[in-house]
Order: sequence, then C-alpha cells, then structure tokens
Amino acid sequence: MKDDKTVFGFWIFLMSDAIIFGALFATYAILHGNTFGGPGGKVLFDMPFAFAETIILLASTFTVGLAVMAVNSAKVKKALAWFAVTFVLGATFVTLEIGEFSRFIASGNGPQRSGFLSSYFALVGMHGLHVTLGLLWMVFIMIQVSRRGINKFNLSNLNSLGLFWHFLDIIWIFIFTIVYLMGAIGI
Amino acid sequence: MGVKYKIAILSFLFLLAVAGLVLFFYSHSAVMLNPQGFVSLHERNLMIIAVLLMSLVVLPVFILTFVIAWKYREGNSKAKYNPGLVRLPIYEVLWWSFPFAIVAALGVITWISTHALNPYKPLQMQSAAPSITVQAVALDWKWLFIYPQQGIASLNFLEFPVNTQVAFKITSDAPMNSLWIPQLGGQLYGMPGMSTQLHLIAQRPGNYMGMSSNFSGEGFAGMQFTAKAVSSSEFTSWVNTIKNSSSTVLNVAEYEALAKPSQNNPISYYSSVVPNLYNWIVMKYMTPVSSSSTSAGTGTATSTSTST
Amino acid sequence: MMSFIFGKLTLSAFEQSPTILAAVSFMGLVGLVVIILLTKHKRWGWLWREWLTTLDHKKIGMMYLVIALIMFFRGGVEALLMRGQQSISVGASTGFLSANHFDQLFSSHGVDMIFFVAMPLIFALFNLIIPLQIGSRDVAFPFLNAMSFWFFAAGAMVFNMSLILGHFAATGWVAYPPLSELAYSPGVGVDYWIWALQLAGVGTLLAGINFLVTIIKMRCPGMTLMKMPLFIWTALATNVMVVFAFPILTATLGLLFLDRFFGMHFFTAGFGGNAMMYVNLFWSWGHPEVYILIMPIFGIFSEVVATFSKKRLFGYASMVYATAAITLLSFTVWLHHFFTMGGGADLNAFFGIATMLIAVPTGVKIFNWIFTMYQGRVRFTLPMYWFFGFIATFTLGGVAGVMMAIPGIDYELHNSLFLVAHFHTMLIGGVMFGLFSGLYYWFPKYTGFKLSEAVGKWSFWCWLIGFFLAFGPLYILGFMGATRRLYHYSASTGWQPLFIVAGIGSLIIAAGFILQIAQMFISYRDRKKNIDLTGGDPWDARTLEWSIPSPVPEYNFAIIPEVHDRDPFWDAKQKGVMATAGRAYEDISVPKNTSIPILMGGLAFVFGFAIVWHIIWLVVAALLGGVTLLAWRLSSVDTERVIPASEVERMDSELRQKIAA
Repeated sequence: MKDDKTVFGFWIFLMSDAIIFGALFATYAILHGNTFGGPGGKVLFDMPFAFAETIILLASTFTVGLAVMAVNSAKVKKALAWFAVTFVLGATFVTLEIGEFSRFIASGNGPQRSGFLSSYFALVGMHGLHVTLGLLWMVFIMIQVSRRGINKFNLSNLNSLGLFWHFLDIIWIFIFTIVYLMGAIGI
Repeated sequence: MGVKYKIAILSFLFLLAVAGLVLFFYSHSAVMLNPQGFVSLHERNLMIIAVLLMSLVVLPVFILTFVIAWKYREGNSKAKYNPGLVRLPIYEVLWWSFPFAIVAALGVITWISTHALNPYKPLQMQSAAPSITVQAVALDWKWLFIYPQQGIASLNFLEFPVNTQVAFKITSDAPMNSLWIPQLGGQLYGMPGMSTQLHLIAQRPGNYMGMSSNFSGEGFAGMQFTAKAVSSSEFTSWVNTIKNSSSTVLNVAEYEALAKPSQNNPISYYSSVVPNLYNWIVMKYMTPVSSSSTSAGTGTATSTSTST
Repeated sequence: MMSFIFGKLTLSAFEQSPTILAAVSFMGLVGLVVIILLTKHKRWGWLWREWLTTLDHKKIGMMYLVIALIMFFRGGVEALLMRGQQSISVGASTGFLSANHFDQLFSSHGVDMIFFVAMPLIFALFNLIIPLQIGSRDVAFPFLNAMSFWFFAAGAMVFNMSLILGHFAATGWVAYPPLSELAYSPGVGVDYWIWALQLAGVGTLLAGINFLVTIIKMRCPGMTLMKMPLFIWTALATNVMVVFAFPILTATLGLLFLDRFFGMHFFTAGFGGNAMMYVNLFWSWGHPEVYILIMPIFGIFSEVVATFSKKRLFGYASMVYATAAITLLSFTVWLHHFFTMGGGADLNAFFGIATMLIAVPTGVKIFNWIFTMYQGRVRFTLPMYWFFGFIATFTLGGVAGVMMAIPGIDYELHNSLFLVAHFHTMLIGGVMFGLFSGLYYWFPKYTGFKLSEAVGKWSFWCWLIGFFLAFGPLYILGFMGATRRLYHYSASTGWQPLFIVAGIGSLIIAAGFILQIAQMFISYRDRKKNIDLTGGDPWDARTLEWSIPSPVPEYNFAIIPEVHDRDPFWDAKQKGVMATAGRAYEDISVPKNTSIPILMGGLAFVFGFAIVWHIIWLVVAALLGGVTLLAWRLSSVDTERVIPASEVERMDSELRQKIAA
C-alpha cells in the first residue's frame, strides 16, 4: 500500500517536472532564432557528437531497466552490477556534455551571448543537472543496497529511480530531435 | 430577530442607492463615461451592453439568494421543508443553458467588437477622416512624440487636429509602458525592440488627459501628458511655430542625452528630427549592428530596416 | 576578501526608512515578548516537541494559520499605508512616502496577500480538513507535508528579511521585465522577490503532489469519487492545478534569476531576449493560480450552505462537472491579462470568449447553492453571513470580470483602478470571505468551542461595509482614468475625495480585522460558555469530520469508517447507525516527530538569503547541508510509532465518556 502511494506520487512529481521542461522547450522554441548576430545551431552543433551522447544515454536506460528487474527479483549483486554500469554510462554522458559546454564557452559562445544560447544552455543544462542528481541518487542507493540489501524501505526508492532515469531518457530524445536535429538542418 | 434582518437588508439597499448616486454624480467627470472620440464611444457602449446583458442573470441571482434564504429561514415554520429535493434536472439544464446563452450572445459581440476595435486597424468611420502619424516613444520617465510627416517632436505634450485619425506607432526605450488617452479610446503597450500600433480620433476639440498606465519604475507617476485636439489650421500653425523656433534639433546624441532617466520633465519641442530616429530606437534592440555608440558621432540615425 | 565573505552585503543594507524601521521594531518587540513568555513558562521544549518537529497534519495546518495571520497583519498595514499616501499625495503635497517606498509597498502587498496569506490559509484548511473528510488517519506523505510547510515558511522569512536588510522589489508583484532585469532594477529587491516566491512555490508544489495522492489513494472504504464531499472535489481540482501550474512559475523564476545572476538573455531588452515571453509564462501560471485560490472557496460554501440549510447539496453531479470545467478552462485564458500587448484580433477574441465561458460553471454553482437553501431550513450563523457577503460581492466582481474579458472594454479598463477594484472584489469578497466562512465553520472541530457570534457579526458588517467603501470608489476612479500604482497625482484630476473615501473604507476593514482578533480572545475567555456540548458535532453537520471528537485525537479516527452514501455522517445520524459500527479497534502507526523538516527549512532560508546577496560559499554550504539531511532521512528506518489497539480503545472510550459527561 505504501509503495503504491510512493510510486504514484513519484509519477505525479515526474509530470510536474515534465512541465518545467515543457516551459524550457517553449522558451527554446521562441528564442532559438534570436541569435543577435551570434552563431546559430547550424554552425555550433556537432551532430556525430550529439548522436554519441544519445547512444550512451539510450544504453544507460537499457541497463537501468536490467538493474530494476534484478531488484524486483531480489538479485542484489546483479542489481548492483547493472547500476554500476548505468552509473559509468551516465557519468560519461555528463562529462561529454560538460565538454561540449566548455567548448562553446571557450569560443565566446557562452549563455550570455544571445537569447538563443541562453535558452540552449538552460534546456540542455537542466537535463544535465537532472542526470547529475540522478547519479548522486544512484550512488546513495547503491551504498544502501550493498549495506542492507533490498528491503521495503528502499524498494520504492529503487523503482522511482528507474522511472526517473527513463524519464530523463525521454526528455533527451526530445532535446536531440528539437535542439540538435532540427538545429542542424536549420529549422 | 426579524427586525434586525430587515434593518440589515434596508441598510444594504441604502448603501447601493448611495453608490448609485455617487456614480451618477461622478458620471460627468468620469472621463470614460463621457467619450470624445469614435473609439471610446464604441468602447463605452460596449460596456453598457455587457452590463445590461449580464444583469439578466446577475439580478435574479441576487434577488433569489436573499429571498430564498429569508423565506426558508429556520424560524419560519410555515415554509416547506423537503430535504429530499436535491436534483431537478430541468432546472439544472436551465441554469447551465441560460448563462451559456448570455455568454454566447456576449461571445458574438466580443468577436465582432474585437475585430472592429482592433487598435492596429485604421478606423472605419462613415466619412473617411484624414490621418496623421505620431511615433510615441516611452522613456524613463517621459513621453517623446515624433511627428515624422511634420519633422518635429514634442516631449510630454501631444497636439493633433480634431476629426483626424491619429495613427500611433508605440515603442519604449525603457521598461514596458502603456499609452492611454481614456477619453479617446483604449491603450496599447509600448515595449523595447517592438513597435505596436494604435488608432484614435478626437471628435471634439479639447485638452484630454494622457498617461502611461503600465508601471515603469520610480518616475512613473510623472508620465502624464496633455493630448490637445485643435482645428487643423491651429495644428498647422503650431507645427510651423515649432519648426521656425530655435528649439533643439533631435539627433542621436541629443536623443541619448534625453533618454537618460529623469522625472517630471517640462514640455519641450524639437524643431527638427533626424529621419528614421524611431526605427533606429526600435532596431537597436533587435540587432547588434547599430548599437548606440556607432552612430552617435555621425548625427544621422542608421537604420537597417523600416517599420516592423 | 570581504566580498567573498559577505557577497553584496554591506553595512548600508541596514539603512531603512523610518516607517520600515518602526514596523521592524514593532515586529521585533512582539518577537521579544514571545521569547520572554516562552522562557518564563519554560515552554521551549514543548514548542519544539509538540509543534516545530511534528509531522501531524493537524498541527502543520495550524502553523500555516499562524503564519498567515502574521503576514495578514503585514499586508494590511501595507494597504493602510498606501491608502493613506494616495489620500494626501495630491498636487503640491507628495505625501509621507517616497516614490520608491510606495513602489515597494504595492509590490510586497501583492506578494504578501497572495503567497503568504491566501495560499497558507488554503493549505491550512487542506491540512486540517482533507484527511478528516475522507476518513483517513493522515496525508499520503507526512514527512513531505512538513517539508512543504517549512519550505513555505522559509520563503516567508526570506520575504520578511527584505524589511531588515536591503529592500524589496519595486516592480509590482508581477515583476515584468525589462523593469525587473538588472539594467533597470540593479538592487537586491527583485532577488528577494524571486527567492521568496521560489521557496514558497516549491513548498506549494510539494504540498500539491501530497494532497493529490492523499485524495486519490487514502479515501476510506466505500468513498467512491462520486461520494466525496464537494470540498474534497474542489481540493482535488485545486491540487491538479497546483501540480500543472506551479512548475511553470518555478521555471519562469529560474530563468529570470539566470538573467540577473549570470547575465543571460531570456527576457532582457536586446541581445535576443523576449520580455513578452515572460508575460506569457507568468500568466500561464498566474491565471490558474487565481482559480487555485477561489476553487477551495466553492468547496467551503458547498459544505457550509448544505449544513446550515439542513439539506443535502443540490445538484451534486453538476457541481462536480462545473468544478472540472473551471479547472480545464483556467488553463486556457491567461492571455486576457494582456490584451493590450498588441495581439491580433482573432487571438484576443478567442481568449476573451474562453474567459467568459468560465462564468457559466461559476453561475451554475451559485444557482445550486441557492437551490440547496430552497425548501431547506436556513440558519443565519456566522459562516452563512460570510456566504451572503460573498454573493453580494462576488457577483459584482464577476460582472466586472466579464466586462474586462471583452477586449474592446479591456483596452479602456486595463491597468486602471477599475481592474484593481475587480480583483480585490474577487480576492476579498470571494477568497477571504470564503476562507472566513470556512474558518468559523471548522473552528469548533479543533478547539471544542465555538467563536462568539455577536462579535463575529460586528466584524462581518465592518468588513462588508468597509469593503464597499474602500473599493466602490476605486471602480469609479477607474472610470475617471486613474491608473494603478500612482504614488502621486495632480489636483486637477479631481480624484482626491474618492481616494479619501477609499481610505476610510480601508480603516473600517481594519476595524473588522481587529474585531476578529478580539473575537478570538473573547471566545477563548468565555470558552466554557461557548463549549460545544455535542462533543464533536456543534452544527448538526453532514460529513465525516464531525463524527469524531473535538479536538481531534492524534490518530483522527479510532476506527476507520466505511461509508455508503454522500453526507455519510448525516446518513448515519438519520439511520442511527454509526459508520464505524461493528468494526474492531486496530494498531495504529503514526509518524514519529523529526527535526529534519525544520532544519531543511532553515537551510532553505539560509540558501535563499545567501543567493540574494551573492554569498556563494554559504549557498554551497546550505546545499551540501540539504543533501546530507536528505540522505539522513532516506537512510532512517525507524520513523513510525505504533499505538496498540488496546491503547486506542482506552483513549477512545475515555474521550466518549468525557463527551457524555
């Protein structure tokens, strides 16, 4: 009964989080042409790079799925292993993203450059921040599970983390399509 | 018990009557109920129609509430008590549909009037009126009115011929403001990097109160101006007086000095204005090319585009 | 080095105008008296154990009430200062306030009354009533509930800090850019605004999620959706709106912060920013917010009118559909806040008509209340007085609202005092009158005694007459072309007499408020006389909360009831069979107290304060502290305390004996 409530509550939280992203997407949609003499997406975005990021995140959503399945069949070691793989993939994703951001900033195209770049950094950065928080959460949960095993207290927590990760993956699919793909072809 | 409620109801009615009297007393000075132009007249009439239509629902509600509450008060044992009466489908259909019908009527009126009174649209009056253009720039904290056809400008004062359509273009080189001359018609926002439009006409000569109605900071209370409607010959002589006076030329350098924040500026005039100043003011927020420092020395405003 | 330690904070931040100094000293004095009293009576431990660390939804609800009351005092003083200023600041006189101080006053008055008075009052009632009405022992997430409260309290504290250090925003409560951007508001005022709203808003969002889950998942057996009391329906609708609307506010405030802190360009003039986008985002939160405030009021009146007419609510199903319709429509009307921004005629007309449509379900509700009284037995109690006051004001405000929904009329009335009068009619005559009705109605449930009706009626008449005197003139002033937010106007306008009348009206409202405070003291003094002899059902009411003893025991329901009908308690009284009959007592687990929520709230306050003043090390420290506390909570296992069935039975029978005696 309690877990039922928690997971339902977490769904609602994700919905409200989706609305925050919705607001940022709307902002990006309105500002993406406002380059104020600066470069647009067509010049800036490196498609193979963004594609690599996408593949890594997709892979991590697959591995987190395997981890949650292992949790639900009470296989602690297997779950920990898959969480570890997911963590490495997620950390790689964040590192790549930070790399991309610092390249943009180094070439004078930081978030202060134009309305377009502000909205780009806010949207993609917000996603990156979520992934980072997810990683912290994952470390915490891995420590807990390795010390105490899987119990009624962390089970709903584990399931919620799984949901969170899938959610971030879906958001990224939208970012990849709307920001990178459409940006690269100049829509 | 009963007396107390009667006193209450009577005093409430008395209050309403007082309110009505006050409204009547003030109706001559309530500029909006006393319109002086085509637009404001239509907007006033629209108010009256809307209020009358809504009264069809609101008055019955008002009366019913107090009559029913009084009739079915606890002390009144003569009234029927029927706790089972919790649904009356016909009635419920009635009070879904009746307000809906009123809103539908209002909706039709809204659709038509919103298109008719669209501030962007030149006025459609029976007799075609001549037209002049005024470019209004909201500054911290004063109004600059540029007359592009006449090549002059005025600060915190607006003069224009009566029975002539005034086509405003409005922008701001400061926070958002709103240009409002209540006796002539509705308002429109002026925003930096944007140019909005408003069409008004005065059908009687006079001095009308004008202001910014959207709060824009510390000196906001002083953003008032007089909008003076005069005969066309008076207007022409007013323009000529300014043109021939030795008042300042409004070039970019002069403009930038003027645009600095200041409060309660006196009325002043500019005998000539560099061409395209208004467009330059709008465009400097749109593109980085014509930033304020580049063209200040030349004395002529550069413009990358005409009106937006 | 100094700027590393203190950020933008310098000694000059302490310089305040005399009026603010007086206000702060007064508040400090009151605080000092409270501290002395607590120390003298050795109540610090009690305060900490019983209140500050509690997870009990009832006590959290009462703490919301306390904050709302304090903040209402602040907002009221601000209103009186503004009325005073506008009564005398004419022509040569510029009144007793500077322009900047006046600008801060109307900005903080709006923020205060909406965020720190109306919202906490509504969440107070949600906390106090929702679990009881649905026959539940608690909310879905008691810990999250306490967190929501302390985040909200942190927001209120950040907001009040602007009185002591620095200054508040002078931009109006909507803080439209570019005025709220760094270029035009370089001080800390707008930052205070951002973080006070952000913290309170996050608290509200979390509370919204909590109550949504509570209503969906925690109803007692037998209470299907169409058997829920209407207050629960409106609470459900409210929390749906909170969950959908508040994230937009969070995002918008975040973007404005990025503009101001990192020099980004979302809403700036130039550099590709777009201020109109802010206006759209703000109101796509702001308009649902208006319905978040009024929707619970519709629920309160549905309970009050049914109880005091001795009749079941008329047209329940159409009430539910009307509630749902308003919830949906509330997200489709935001553009009516800026018809004058130059949108096309099609767009304006569409949003105008959508706005008017809301009048239909609202009208349906009023008709249903009238027909609840029809062939009933209407008792003219205090809660009903406020209902009649509501009808008198709300219909008037509704007419004004529909007028302004027609763009052609709005072009003239927008930004005028007519608009100010309209939304104060909705917020005072609608929201506040409704909240008063609800508070008077449910007061005995929490104290065991009723509030004095005589004093209450005096205060009602003060409020009603004061309201018409204070806002009637503003409607007329709107017609006279008076705009809002003017700290000074010229004598030729002829506005002064009406402003003076409005000032007198505001004083009468203040008298009404003072009478309400007096009413509480008098009723407390005479509590023996006002005692609720029935032990829990003073109004002969209809819903589950009245079936349990007053004041409510910690576990709410000794036995969870099972319901078969709407108005289950009335139903049970008619049949003579209680909803709990024949069911056994069981072990009850209640959440243990914890100090984590209040510590989190403290850190949230430190975070808000530090980021307003750009004290980066403190921001980082507060964030790390928050993460640590969260991890601590997530790893604690021992969070519940069990009251054994035998103990529940003993306490319950004791309570019932006390009532019988």
